[in-house]
Amino acid sequence: MTAYDEPTVDVPAGEVPVSFGPTPLAGERGPYFGAFGGRFVPEALVAALDEIDAAHRSAMSDPAFVEELAELHRTYSGRPSIITEVPRFAAHAGGARILLKREDLNHTGSHKINNVLGQALLTKRMGKKRVIAETGAGQHGVATATAAALMGLECVVYMGEEDTRRQALNVARMRLLGATVVPVTAGSRTLKDAVNEAFRDWVASVDTTHYVFGTVAGPHPFPVLVRDYQRIIGVEAREQVQQLIGRLPDAVCACVGGGSNAIGIFHAFLEDADVRLFGFEAGGDGVETGRHASSITGGSPGVFQGARSFVLQDEDGQTVESHSISAGLDYPGVGPEHSWLGDSGRATYRPVTDSEAMDAFKLLCRTEGIIPAIESAHALHGALGVARELGPDAVVLVNLSGRGDKDVDTAARWFDLVSDEDLVASEVERVSDAPEDTEGSGW
Amino acid sequence: MVSTTHEDSTTGPATGTATAAAAVDRAKAEGRAALVAYLPVGYPDVRTSIEAAKAAVDGGADVVELGLPYSDPTMDGVTIQRAVDAALAGGTRPADVLRAVEGVAATGAAVLVMTYWPPVDRYGVDRFARDLASAGGAGLITPDLIPDEAGAWIGASDAQDLERVFLVAPSSTDARLALTAERSRGFVYAASLMGITGARATVGAGARQLVERTRAAGAERVCVGLGVSTPEQATEVAGYADGVIVGSAFVSRLLDTDDTASGVRAVGRLAAELSAGIRSA
Ligand SMILES: Cc1ncc(COP(=O)(O)O)c(C=O)c1O
Repeated sequence: MTAYDEPTVDVPAGEVPVSFGPTPLAGERGPYFGAFGGRFVPEALVAALDEIDAAHRSAMSDPAFVEELAELHRTYSGRPSIITEVPRFAAHAGGARILLKREDLNHTGSHKINNVLGQALLTKRMGKKRVIAETGAGQHGVATATAAALMGLECVVYMGEEDTRRQALNVARMRLLGATVVPVTAGSRTLKDAVNEAFRDWVASVDTTHYVFGTVAGPHPFPVLVRDYQRIIGVEAREQVQQLIGRLPDAVCACVGGGSNAIGIFHAFLEDADVRLFGFEAGGDGVETGRHASSITGGSPGVFQGARSFVLQDEDGQTVESHSISAGLDYPGVGPEHSWLGDSGRATYRPVTDSEAMDAFKLLCRTEGIIPAIESAHALHGALGVARELGPDAVVLVNLSGRGDKDVDTAARWFDLVSDEDLVASEVERVSDAPEDTEGSGW
Repeated sequence: MVSTTHEDSTTGPATGTATAAAAVDRAKAEGRAALVAYLPVGYPDVRTSIEAAKAAVDGGADVVELGLPYSDPTMDGVTIQRAVDAALAGGTRPADVLRAVEGVAATGAAVLVMTYWPPVDRYGVDRFARDLASAGGAGLITPDLIPDEAGAWIGASDAQDLERVFLVAPSSTDARLALTAERSRGFVYAASLMGITGARATVGAGARQLVERTRAAGAERVCVGLGVSTPEQATEVAGYADGVIVGSAFVSRLLDTDDTASGVRAVGRLAAELSAGIRSA
């Protein structure tokens, strides 16, 4: 019935869709991951989703496309990213070895560029000239603006107004790169509202525009597409760790917002039954307080932004606002593949509070001279716990998904590193630079 | 709150439930298109939204779509977003929507609930279908549930004899039009253009062609919505579609006044104007 040949979702009357136990685990390609996934979208978008799915499948089996992307990785974003062992940091976890996969060293400062370069090439392949994106921390927006500049595409980024304040530096970066940043004032003014606004744009512009979705959530094929472009993290790391220590790690840790950096590093290890996988969600003030962004730990299965997955919702299915110090994790949903891996027990998901993450943030700064993204600091805290649990012989691999430059302001406030006068001064600047102009700033 | 007007609530809707299909057919027998009016429940409050819907029926609406407010209305423009946000802030819940269905159905009009899928999924599809049928609702319009994902709802609506209105869009392939026509009951909702709800200066140029394609794909009744707001536009659409769906324009009548009574009257007047526009087609 649809443009792609398999697998097509077509749920029989009275039945609930499930995929049927893929072997191997890593072979699952959606639309459903167990009971999660699917396409809960307006009919108007179905043709475009089918087109993207077909284009992606053909691109992945086209050696020229694969080589073009690999070349961009080598010569533009700086892959393979290195592995750094962090013994002074690990000393705080009872002697296990901790290895960081350094996605923070990628061009633009996070793993987001991996996905964006792939989708930008795909945009050109589909003959589209305009890209739109949502962004929370601004990292995905910056990456999209970067790829758009590189490939000569028009770029519009939707960002919750609250996030344009928290991540003002990244707003400036996107505008420098020529993107139009649209502050979104609907709803909670954060990432989920930026996604809604991007969908509203897309349903009217889908003929000319590709929606560069930033994480492994949303309707099929985005969870699979984004994963396919992020799985290079784990593919490289698996090889690198084996070279370094002669075996596989005992555990792999990553932070989970929508889940793209986590699935990116997990995927190559899915079939390695002895490698434990841990995803760390934003615990905010603590899951018990209700002010958090832990969709798997503190949410329930539901439909949200195009897919069935775990979501923070009330008893009527209304989305509950998420809370996290980290803009990139401040999202009430999570990708369907994570819901499935969590449900089936293959991966374990745990919450990390704001203050736990900030402690780990500071510890990495002070012991290793690496300032992590606050998102990644959630994984760092989690890794300390996992390392203690697994004991001194364990080797724990952590995805350091991004660098902390964008978070310096937040950290300075958290740790009281700036005087009150400094804060007042920067507040004044902020107000006079209020993100009212919805146009690019003329760059 | 929801009365059961028939003995066994698992076997079907309340006896005498008006269906959208019958309303469209009755209009067709009169040689005109049907008027379908959308209003979200709970704006400005539940009671007023029920009164406004009744005023739309008095003004000439053949079918009423009652909106179930949802926190993330990705298919809606600012007008409906504003009303729905306010309805949620005012505490509107699914039980209020069912109560409104019952109230409006009492006028004899066909009442469909327009809802994003997450609240129904959460409520429980079978349970929602049962409660909607008991309230005298005719069925659901589901803007973000495509027929190929709708197994649970198709089962539940068959069991309760409810209508299910799926959407088609200018981008739909012929194969998808056929699938949608086959699985819809009541009518097929043709989106006049690629975009979100909201008033527009002109009706999408592709609407007529989409109606023709949808009929050719097997649909018995095709109603057109999205961006239809004036009597002139209603006249135009009534010239080729089985029904004219108007939403944002009704909602604006309520948004643009501080005084609920005059808002309700304005809704009734708009329905009368649209109805006249349709009859002049
Ligand atoms: C550095 C960094 N890590 C993690 C995330 C969270 O996204 P995901 O869960 O898709 O990796 C973000 C999102 O902005 C980010 O910037």
